[in-house]
Amino acid sequence: MAIKVKFFASLREQLPDGINQVDADGIQTISEVWERATGTPLMPSHVLCSVNLEHREPHEAVSDGDEVAFFPPVTGG
Amino acid sequence: MSVYLEEADFDPMAATARFEASLPAGSYGATASFVGTMRNHNEGDSVTAMTLEHYPGMTEKQLHEVIDDAKSHWDIIDALIVHRVGEILPGNPIVLTAVCSAHRAAAFDACRFLMEALKSRATFWKKETLAGGEQRWVEKNTPG
Repeated sequence: MAIKVKFFASLREQLPDGINQVDADGIQTISEVWERATGTPLMPSHVLCSVNLEHREPHEAVSDGDEVAFFPPVTGG
Repeated sequence: MSVYLEEADFDPMAATARFEASLPAGSYGATASFVGTMRNHNEGDSVTAMTLEHYPGMTEKQLHEVIDDAKSHWDIIDALIVHRVGEILPGNPIVLTAVCSAHRAAAFDACRFLMEALKSRATFWKKETLAGGEQRWVEKNTPG
């Protein structure tokens, strides 16, 4: 019963090392994954997120076994 | 359709030539390409190096989706995206987009679309190293 968690770029640097999964028990949304993984209740408005490699909004649902990622606005090209 | 993430410097002209050679001779009448190259300055500061981070798996998927979108909007034969990841130096190419079509309008328009779409959608993040050694994340893309 776990959700895999990834952070990228500046977010990864700002957070402690080793956060790579959270217990899925009681978690329903991406925002709740953020809260459990980071220990901070409010996901900053500029943070983007995905579930299983698809862009999603913070209020959207997650399930046991999902891969949830958090990242800042993209700057490629 | 071709998507490549390159960990080392690449030759955009050679990549474009390989892309064209992969298509049947005579099947296209137009090739449009764009190359984005690393500048040695940004926001008034000298930049000596850059690191490009990506989300393995998601980034490639997004680039394929961008090409799919181009194919659904324009009558093109095929498209190519090559994008650097890792350590980059000023003057190195960062990105190549290329499109082959029967006529020039679709090639030009789809090539521009590929660039704008990947800049706004694909999970890449740039971190610059400034002349004094300081590093900073690039927080927004240039407008165009």
